[in-house]
Amino acid sequence: MENSVYHFTIDKTLYKDKGEQKMEDKFVLGGKEFNSRFILGSGKYNLKLIEAAVKQGGAEIITLALRRANTQESENILDYIPKGVTLLPNTSGARNAEEAVRIARLSQAMGCGNFVKVEIMRDTKYLFPDNYETVKATEILAKEGFVVLPYMNPDLNVARDLQSAGAAAVMPLAAPIGSNKGLATKEMIQVLIDEIDLPIIVDAGIGKPSQACEAMEMGAAAVMANTAIATAGDVPEMAAAFKLAIEAGRKAYLTGMGRVLARGGSASDPLTGFLR
Amino acid sequence: MNEENQVYFIDSDKLPPEALERKHRLEQDPSFRTNHMEYMDGMQVIESDIKDKVLQAMDAFDYDSYTAMDVERALSHETCSIEDFKALLSPAAAPFLERMARKAEEITKNHFGNTVYIFTPLYIANYCQNYCIYCGFNCYNNIRRKKLTMEEIEHEMQVIAKTGMEEILILTGESRTYSDVTYIGEAVKIARKYFKNIGIEIYPVNVEEYKYLHECGVDYVTVFQETYNTDKYETLHLMGHKRVWPYRFDAQERALMGGMRGAGFSALLGLDDFRKDALATALHVYYINRKYPHAELSLSCPRLRPIVNNDKINPRDVGEKELCQVLCAYRLFLPFAGITVSSRESATFRNGITKICATKVSAGVSTGIGDHEEKYEGKEDADVGDEQFEINDNRSFASMYEDMEKGGLQPVLNDYLYV
Amino acid sequence: MVKINGKEMDIAGQNLLDYLKEAGYRPERVVVERNLEILAREDLGSITIEEEDTIEVLEFMGGG
Repeated sequence: MENSVYHFTIDKTLYKDKGEQKMEDKFVLGGKEFNSRFILGSGKYNLKLIEAAVKQGGAEIITLALRRANTQESENILDYIPKGVTLLPNTSGARNAEEAVRIARLSQAMGCGNFVKVEIMRDTKYLFPDNYETVKATEILAKEGFVVLPYMNPDLNVARDLQSAGAAAVMPLAAPIGSNKGLATKEMIQVLIDEIDLPIIVDAGIGKPSQACEAMEMGAAAVMANTAIATAGDVPEMAAAFKLAIEAGRKAYLTGMGRVLARGGSASDPLTGFLR
Repeated sequence: MNEENQVYFIDSDKLPPEALERKHRLEQDPSFRTNHMEYMDGMQVIESDIKDKVLQAMDAFDYDSYTAMDVERALSHETCSIEDFKALLSPAAAPFLERMARKAEEITKNHFGNTVYIFTPLYIANYCQNYCIYCGFNCYNNIRRKKLTMEEIEHEMQVIAKTGMEEILILTGESRTYSDVTYIGEAVKIARKYFKNIGIEIYPVNVEEYKYLHECGVDYVTVFQETYNTDKYETLHLMGHKRVWPYRFDAQERALMGGMRGAGFSALLGLDDFRKDALATALHVYYINRKYPHAELSLSCPRLRPIVNNDKINPRDVGEKELCQVLCAYRLFLPFAGITVSSRESATFRNGITKICATKVSAGVSTGIGDHEEKYEGKEDADVGDEQFEINDNRSFASMYEDMEKGGLQPVLNDYLYV
Repeated sequence: MVKINGKEMDIAGQNLLDYLKEAGYRPERVVVERNLEILAREDLGSITIEEEDTIEVLEFMGGG
């Protein structure tokens, strides 16, 4: 623990300092710079819509899953992802650290970079991530040089352990995967944003652009969304809506937000009357 | 040497001429002094980037650039960011003092309820190797020096424990020769018999030594950085191991690495620009908390009092209002941190500030050596060591307890088990 | 017998790359694991499928 990484993530602090000049707002992850803070999931919709969704959503990172190859279809998802987009393979299907490590290594062997989203589930009803196994897998993969983005249930101690294990970011869930319920874990995510010196990427459960916007206003470094877009009437248009919402939330966060007037009056006796 | 410091330099006619000459040379000739940023032999260097982060932030802090709008915004936020904290420390926040106090009161209540901790300090030796120009214990000062024997320590502790006090802070002057680590460790072992919670405020030591002291029974370690401005620090701490600024800065971290449960931090406000020192102190706590989230951290807030009726009031003087502003800002930024208010402050101030944000006060305080029986029970004894500074609030344990209760607070003497 | 993606096949002795192409896989789009060992794409052409091999041929698909 004592040697854990405590570097400043520039994107969380640079804008806040009055003494410093405003710098360009880049999202830095695993040594790469991104202009977009929207991570697009590619599940549950037609491959042919992916390119349009990426373009309209301005996404620069897209998640993928690994499966047994199909010989019946000649189309492959990689044919549809525009060049320059960073691939973020997940470890879905893994039920423990060992399986996640195996899947991550296989994904890496595909030759599309070393980013990996660790997701380990042994619950098929809610699909909640197993935090304990996730920490174990993160440690192994980070040591092997992966840029590890662990999907987790928001818990401060686990987030600290993930940081010590070498995670490049932490991906707390907002609500159960695919539930479109929004920021059900808002308070816990806020704690992670306040306390962890890594980008916090809100993942899972974000159902509407307004919820993505709220996560960004809170100080999340990025938002990942899939089902909300996949189930929309018009997939590329919804991706565009998310792009705008994420940008709006980021801008609001960077400007420091305005004041909210407190309701109700204040007590009459001054607390500071004793000062000389 | 700037004018305001001249008041500190007091020569004794009892000093041998060579010593006097050396003292003057230290005061007048910076090249005669050692490099204050360089570790001395035997001082452990630990891996830590907290110093750099704190110094950088302090350096960049331009408090005059904050406006009432920034303060308003800071007050409306649920969590106080570093930038919000800076706004709250700025002169622009002065008109918001009452609102800051109300918010601080609410946060303090959320975290600490109505409780206020009471403890007492016990000075066991006043020998010192350092020449710090503002301190009564400095090695050139002609004071009665004393180091209590183990029998005297036990006697003093019995006198204090009889009042009902359960937490003690053991202090020494900073002399490794006269009050070595084993001597302090033995004193702690005695304290263990009479008290449930033991702090030490001694010269900074290495990790292994903190570990030893923790095994003897120490719960927490307090080290005052005095000022975080290294250049200013250099002009105040002219000689001795205290002169080494970075070794002192890392003391709390070494203590936590040695297994201590908690650590205390402080600048002596008014030595330098108090707003910058307050920022640095709080950031020191903030970064230590992020790195050692299990540690119990606390802040103290001693200040050099402004000279009363001085027509050239220094804008950097720390009056009661400024001190209150700093403490409220500390509370908003570090809701979890303990805040201790020294007996250098008046009873009125301490009664008021404990209702807002302070969580710990000392009582039955004597900064002299071996004079508790005299002070507590009126017995005269000529063989006592001189005091470090004069105190303002000299309430006994019993009357402090009573006053805190009267103010609607619940005095707590101790709240945990030693592990 | 050889197991490929869970299916038993009688293809021992065949060149792995040739088999993949014949079966309709796109070698540049898959990653192959033999007996839990990941094979480098450039090695596929020089590997002979052996009796009792368990082979997984994997590709990316949409996922969140």
